[in-house]
Amino acid sequence: MATIQCDIVSAEKAIYSGEVAMVVASGVAGELGIAPRHAPLITQLKPGEVRVLFEDGTEQDFYVSGGILEVQPHLVSVLADTAVRADDIDEAAAIQAKEEAERLLKDTDKRQDLARVQADLAKAVAQIQAITRLKKQLKR
Amino acid sequence: MAVGSEIVTKIKSVKSTRKVTTALEMVSASKIKKAQDQMNASRPYTHKIKQMIGHLAKARPEYKHPFMMEQEANRVGYIILSTDRGLCGGLNSNLFKNAVIHMREWEQKGSEIDVVTVGNKASSTFKSTNVNLKANISSLGDNPELTKLIGVVKVMLDAFENGELSHLYLVFNDFINTMSQKPTIDQLLPLPATEEEAISDNWDYLYEPDAKDVLDHLLTRYVESLVYQGVLENLASEHAARMVAMKSASDNASDLIKDLQLIYNKARQAAITQEISEIVGGAAAV
Repeated sequence: MATIQCDIVSAEKAIYSGEVAMVVASGVAGELGIAPRHAPLITQLKPGEVRVLFEDGTEQDFYVSGGILEVQPHLVSVLADTAVRADDIDEAAAIQAKEEAERLLKDTDKRQDLARVQADLAKAVAQIQAITRLKKQLKR
Repeated sequence: MAVGSEIVTKIKSVKSTRKVTTALEMVSASKIKKAQDQMNASRPYTHKIKQMIGHLAKARPEYKHPFMMEQEANRVGYIILSTDRGLCGGLNSNLFKNAVIHMREWEQKGSEIDVVTVGNKASSTFKSTNVNLKANISSLGDNPELTKLIGVVKVMLDAFENGELSHLYLVFNDFINTMSQKPTIDQLLPLPATEEEAISDNWDYLYEPDAKDVLDHLLTRYVESLVYQGVLENLASEHAARMVAMKSASDNASDLIKDLQLIYNKARQAAITQEISEIVGGAAAV
């Protein structure tokens, strides 16, 4: 029986990698069974199980809270989301990050232009380098 | 007898400083291992998603996502990653210096600069500049979570999608090894063009539910994963830089103590010699 390479990864770690007979996952448009030589496909996954069926008839289950499944002729990749995602939660996070920036800007009265900052930073870096050099000389 | 009592005080204070720097050094040395593990653990995902984007670039999608196209806009976006705490040598200053040089090039071309910052050091540097600070997140801690980054990334992605930004860059310290970290500026959007256009077979994916939704989802995850990987690299760089900086601080403190001790001993000996000669002189006079 033919097999297909299957890789399951999440942003924090690699979950599974190996040769399998079939992958069953729940895509947003319905259940999918991927056998070897399936046509190239990309789909979003619903929260649910990804079942991996091996040649000897055994199987292994992984839970994903969403993600993306990609099929290439000899490769199935599952990118699992680690976090539960929803548009309104993402939006709330974006707004929070913006507010944080506004709060920071409120207590700065004067703003310098980039040329000034560049000069200041160059000075700071040069100082650090000078100190390092000096220390090396002193050691000798 | 109060011979060189101020030297003794000085030695004591340098010794206690050395205690602090040695402790910081050891803390960083133990954290760096974990940071490196985290960095390596997230690499498969980044690798996989890059591979997927590579496949996608070879396909002939019937739908072109805005992230793949250059936008007509005169603003440039930067996501700047930095540390929350200092005492890590020139790590942040070097990074910001590079970023500012890059920004000035765009400024001279007449573009305005939008910035989102991660970490206290970047926000406190860039809030007092004339760049447009759009969002900030700090206190990610030693276990940065992807969820905390979603907000700042979304701010920039939305701006790009609405055609407000022409380019989006990620600025971070690339962890090479414990001794060296490289300030890096990567272009996130538009997706850097693939070198070859002429792929013989004219295929495309099946998209479920449809191309727009899937690509939206995939490209957002792509950018997020790159930023997340950047955060982890930056964290490992921070610990490495701090370890090296604190190591040299401790070494310097030791040198200083040695010198001070020598001065103190000389002063003490001089005092004793003087006292003896005074006694001898006194006895001779009697």
